[in-house]
Amino acid sequence: MLYSNSWNWEIGTRLVANTGNWKTKFEWVGEPKVSPDGEKIAAVVKIGKSEFSVCVNGEIWLNHFDRIWHAKFGPDGRLAVLVSQKGKWTVAVDGNTWKNRFDYVWNTMFSPNGENIAATIRQDRQYGVVVNGELLGNMFYDTNNLTISPDSKRTAAVVQTVAFRKGDIFKFQEGCYTAAPDGKAWDRNFVNVWGLAFSPNSKNLAAEVRTSLYDYTVAVDGALWQDTFSCVWAPVFSPDNKAVAAPVRVADKWTLAENGKQIWDRKFFQLWGQIYSPDGSKLAAIVAPKFGKWTIAVNEHPWITTFSDLITDVVFSPDGNSVAAAGRDKGLWTIVVDDQSWKDTYDMTWQPVFSPDSRNVAARVEKNGYYTIVINGKTWKHYCEALWNPVFSPNGNKVLIRAIENGKYYRRVLPITKI
Amino acid sequence: MAQFVKKPEKKFVDIGLDEGAATLTTDMIQQVISRVLKGETSAYLKAYVDTCVSCGLCSEACHYYLSHDKDPYYAPVVKVKQTIWEILKKKGKVSPEFIKKASEIAQTECDLCRRCAMYCPFGIDIADIILIVRWICYILGVTPQYIQDIANSYSVTMNQMWIKEDEWINSLQQQEEEAQNEIATLRIPVDKEGADIMYSVISPRPEFRAQFIYKAAVIMDTAGVNWTMPAAPGPDNSDMTMYTGDNEIMSRVKKTHFETAMRLKVKKILISECDSIYDIGNKWLGWKWYPIEIVNSIEFYYELLRDGKISIAKKFEEPVTLHDSCNVDKGSALYKMARYLINATCKEFVEMHPNREHSYCCCAGAGVINCGPHWNMKQMHGSKIKARQLAATNVETVIAPCHSCYGGLEDVIRHYKLGMNVRFLSDILYECIEKPRVVIDV
Repeated sequence: MLYSNSWNWEIGTRLVANTGNWKTKFEWVGEPKVSPDGEKIAAVVKIGKSEFSVCVNGEIWLNHFDRIWHAKFGPDGRLAVLVSQKGKWTVAVDGNTWKNRFDYVWNTMFSPNGENIAATIRQDRQYGVVVNGELLGNMFYDTNNLTISPDSKRTAAVVQTVAFRKGDIFKFQEGCYTAAPDGKAWDRNFVNVWGLAFSPNSKNLAAEVRTSLYDYTVAVDGALWQDTFSCVWAPVFSPDNKAVAAPVRVADKWTLAENGKQIWDRKFFQLWGQIYSPDGSKLAAIVAPKFGKWTIAVNEHPWITTFSDLITDVVFSPDGNSVAAAGRDKGLWTIVVDDQSWKDTYDMTWQPVFSPDSRNVAARVEKNGYYTIVINGKTWKHYCEALWNPVFSPNGNKVLIRAIENGKYYRRVLPITKI
Repeated sequence: MAQFVKKPEKKFVDIGLDEGAATLTTDMIQQVISRVLKGETSAYLKAYVDTCVSCGLCSEACHYYLSHDKDPYYAPVVKVKQTIWEILKKKGKVSPEFIKKASEIAQTECDLCRRCAMYCPFGIDIADIILIVRWICYILGVTPQYIQDIANSYSVTMNQMWIKEDEWINSLQQQEEEAQNEIATLRIPVDKEGADIMYSVISPRPEFRAQFIYKAAVIMDTAGVNWTMPAAPGPDNSDMTMYTGDNEIMSRVKKTHFETAMRLKVKKILISECDSIYDIGNKWLGWKWYPIEIVNSIEFYYELLRDGKISIAKKFEEPVTLHDSCNVDKGSALYKMARYLINATCKEFVEMHPNREHSYCCCAGAGVINCGPHWNMKQMHGSKIKARQLAATNVETVIAPCHSCYGGLEDVIRHYKLGMNVRFLSDILYECIEKPRVVIDV
């Protein structure tokens, strides 16, 4: 975690807020959100007829609004919500609204370092992207699929640059959509654009595109891969910024291509969700070696462990030597790490989290309506009404647990040996 | 084929077919057909074709055949003869005009209701064959304009009505506000991570039938369900692209649907009263069945009532009948649960005949309704048997547990001046259940 060095890692449990009281104080209370450092818990609350505010650790924001939703903590602990007053929308950050108002705002997104907040807006029937409340670049007929660059300085979105009437199937096929980094559309249009990805250095933008109703490929800064495919899924950049990898469908099977060339000999019934290891030497992906069998392939070699339902939330360890994921088999969830499933199954699992030293894996899990933390397959015998993802301390020896128990929100720091 | 040429009928103009066919050559057609037939379709298509003995028993199953006074032109086997058999016989060497006609047959004279499969002594699924025809025509660019536009909408918005993200969220907020006039504490939780259920709908335009969301919200609030709706207008649960043959977009919509459920960490996806989720998209993606459990609204409401999570305060006074929609009943056999709900909520239930899995299609769902107003008279002529069925019930309210059927039945009722109205099951439930926390906030 970006800021975790500065967090309080003193071992102990602290009551932060008696959230159970909130339901008696307010007409209704939205879903609670917790800051990354666990110091704050917040919820949208209704305080009167068409009057809403935000309750943070039991304190109400001074500003009230006609409507509030989409509360979101940034990596730096600031809280952003979408607010409406007299029919106009904007973003309120820690209680202070942006000065600009819009016909509609949605999809607020914090940059990785938390400094910038981007959102999609509609104003006078046109669509665009704002950063910290200021319009970035041009407005379009539509804007969606907003993303922010790793350096927090750039945004990109899929935009519609050509208007067409509903039913104009021929105009649509000429290509009316493109990608717009920083609000400036690429030079050429496509039938469709999806799956935007910035390079790690934030200089380049890749996207999956459909160039006709039948041809799919990847565009990098608007330039197409040489070959087209019957289908592709979303691309990702390599850590050194030099390669773009995307799943491609060839002769009814899926494989992985890099910079337009197939790099895996092995073909799969399905392949998606590819990620590079931090050093770029490995590529892992979710694959179906056979119809109805799901696993992870690392550098094209599939694991032996398979799941009948699905695999999701794949992550590399910081040292790149391990891969973990959540999997569902015959309706039951578990975590799988390096081809070994944890022995227990759950009603739900969240994305596994590696410790900074890569030695431990933790995950939030749900069973029988309660939540707990599991580290390396070992369950914390403590069952919570609500729980957020665990965070390892920078040295990897402790874990931050943010949980609601008996109607109260606690911030806990435990040595991992206590679990 | 000559003996099956139907009586002259109004010529339909559709730029999707006319302009699409105008760009074709026989060589292009042959190449595409060869590719499709050599690929994944070859084995089961061969089995179907080799098995069919042209007995014609499928005829009596087809609502187009029955609606056209048993004109053999509309017999399912004849639709196959006019399309895929001819293609096979000529090894794909067919004319652009043939492809245009094949597309018209596949899209506007067969609704993929699968009733004929139940009448075939060998169980041949003619809908599967017609889907292959639609697929070939799609690849050749000869698809009716309106359904192609629907497919285009899915590709951009993941929903069938070109609903943008802001319109969708705004629509949910409007529905929530409307519902709060009745129950002040009611919420439509948007993007709530970890809810038990994600309610997935055919994304409506705010001004078009969006009230079903409000009514479903009231039912779920009353039952104490831990639920959510996604903040994005797609994935729309209907995924009509499977009916054009655009398997890639069909799969993309389906992938987005399940990925949204995974992102929200829900345990089940509840689909609104919709017939179209029973599909092929998950299989194309490699999922043997749904990777996240899917529950149809009929089953969901049935369980709420059976388990005492909702109770009936009053019964719907007017006599009602039920349209058993094709996929809900032929695909999932939910007709018993639908009747359980109707008998619990309505004073008088009048069966339509034939019913359950033998019910006649209403020309909506996967059918001609999606091809737009150009084809309206085909829809109406093909629905004559449905109109007779509806009229014979002598009731004024028909329940349609499917959005598409709802629209299809409205068209039939209007055209044949049946003087009926269409309701969803959720409409009836909403009116009849005990709502424990009715608060008018003034």
